[in-house]
Amino acid sequence: MDELKQHIIDYNKPVISISGLFKSFGDLHVLKGIDFTLFKGENVAVLGKSGTGKSVLIKIIVGLLKPDKGEVIVLGEHVDKLERKELDALRLRIGFSFQSSALYDSMNVYQNLAFPLIMNVKNLSKNDVDSAVEEVLEAVGLQDKANQLPSDLSGGQRKRIGIARTLILKPEIMLYDEPTSGLDPITSSEIIELINEVQQKYNTSSVIITHDLTCAKNTGNRSAILLDGKFLKVGTFEEVFESDDKQIRAFYNYNFIQ
Amino acid sequence: MAIFTNRKYLFSKGIDQYFTGVQRAYSFVSLFFKEAFKRPFHLREVINQSFEVGLKSLPLITLTGFIVGVVFTKQSRPSLEDFGATSWLPSLIGIAIVRALGPLVTALICAGKVGSSIGAELGSMKVTEQIDAMEVSAINPFKYLVVTRVLATTITIPVLSLFCSFVGLFGSYVNVRSEEASSLISFYQSAFSTISFLDIFTSVTKATVYGFTIGIVGAYKGFNAIQGTRGVGKAANQAVVLSMFLIFLEELVIVQISNWIRYF
Repeated sequence: MDELKQHIIDYNKPVISISGLFKSFGDLHVLKGIDFTLFKGENVAVLGKSGTGKSVLIKIIVGLLKPDKGEVIVLGEHVDKLERKELDALRLRIGFSFQSSALYDSMNVYQNLAFPLIMNVKNLSKNDVDSAVEEVLEAVGLQDKANQLPSDLSGGQRKRIGIARTLILKPEIMLYDEPTSGLDPITSSEIIELINEVQQKYNTSSVIITHDLTCAKNTGNRSAILLDGKFLKVGTFEEVFESDDKQIRAFYNYNFIQ
Repeated sequence: MAIFTNRKYLFSKGIDQYFTGVQRAYSFVSLFFKEAFKRPFHLREVINQSFEVGLKSLPLITLTGFIVGVVFTKQSRPSLEDFGATSWLPSLIGIAIVRALGPLVTALICAGKVGSSIGAELGSMKVTEQIDAMEVSAINPFKYLVVTRVLATTITIPVLSLFCSFVGLFGSYVNVRSEEASSLISFYQSAFSTISFLDIFTSVTKATVYGFTIGIVGAYKGFNAIQGTRGVGKAANQAVVLSMFLIFLEELVIVQISNWIRYF
């Protein structure tokens, strides 16, 4: 699998470039000078303790939060300098999978999936929408759930539908916020498999926010440890966790009980 | 100016928060007017929301309007009887219901029913990141969620208010009919004989303003909900309290203006 992943990564084409990124909320300094690059076709797992700003980082990438300082370039655009229309055009090329799945609870699965498509693509026929929904439902293996409400789905199914909702717009970049949190090990490994399938089938580049080392190891071409508002170490999973750094070791030992 | 250096708040936490809140509310209302006249208009969603507001409030408004008509007539009759002026009853009830009670009763019911529902729905969407999900899908949540709901309440509440007035007058007729022989048509004719175009216009204007207030307050509180599920309850509660308070203030101002026009 690693060989296949390496094959599709283009290290000459950065899709996300971040330099000198700072973000605070009042007196709380969350990001303190982040430098980060994501290449085309690459999956990077961002690990770190809760509250270290992992989710803040991807929310800045997609323009949900404004940085205090620093440069964030996504698919060649300076995110914080875009007008609403330009930002929306960029967002159509980015998929964001929320930790809570964030499915619209007043809509059924079909409507959840069709909604971004209908709202963003003009002159679509009912057949076009149906086939797009069918395709993404098949991609996440939930073809029989189209008429169910989000409240009737399990946690893992909600995560899958959340991912399917982003895939319907065929994004170039996927941002996963804690994709395996709150799931049992078997469902987690299904989600991990799905993330890898998405990377290969849709040729996406992804940032995977997690504190699940199994997820990081199996989905990330590189891993990055975010601690105290800065990346402590970036590299392959093995490079990062061969480190003698106390905090990194503590992280590793907790996840893989020895 | 040294007094202001190294201070966390300009005045105090409460005063600073109050003015920040006023500024945020002002920006919210300004954004509504900016977005309401820009494409896309999401007409289907406006119709859906109008249907939600109108149809779901209809039973309660019918019942309340009818009871107000009956009770108000019952309470007014003895005073008019003292002056031998019971024939003025339809006119009195007509003025009271069309000018004041119809719009006010409708607005207060809708503030409780519709305002709290908008506050809770949007608040719940905010705390479960559904609004963010819309934003990252390149859908303008303000336009889709706020503008459509505010337009729906602004359009629907005047219609409900007129309906409430008619039902109130019918309630009054039922009470009158139980005491004396009177036809429905002659009752409505007498009731409307003293009502001018200005009365109807003021009544519709009031209801429109109340409708806008209920929608925008509910949406503002919901859209800015924080602190998880507790925040949702708080948003719904504040939506009702604040919109009722504003409705009474608006009533006072509009009545003053309409009286000024009437006697100018």
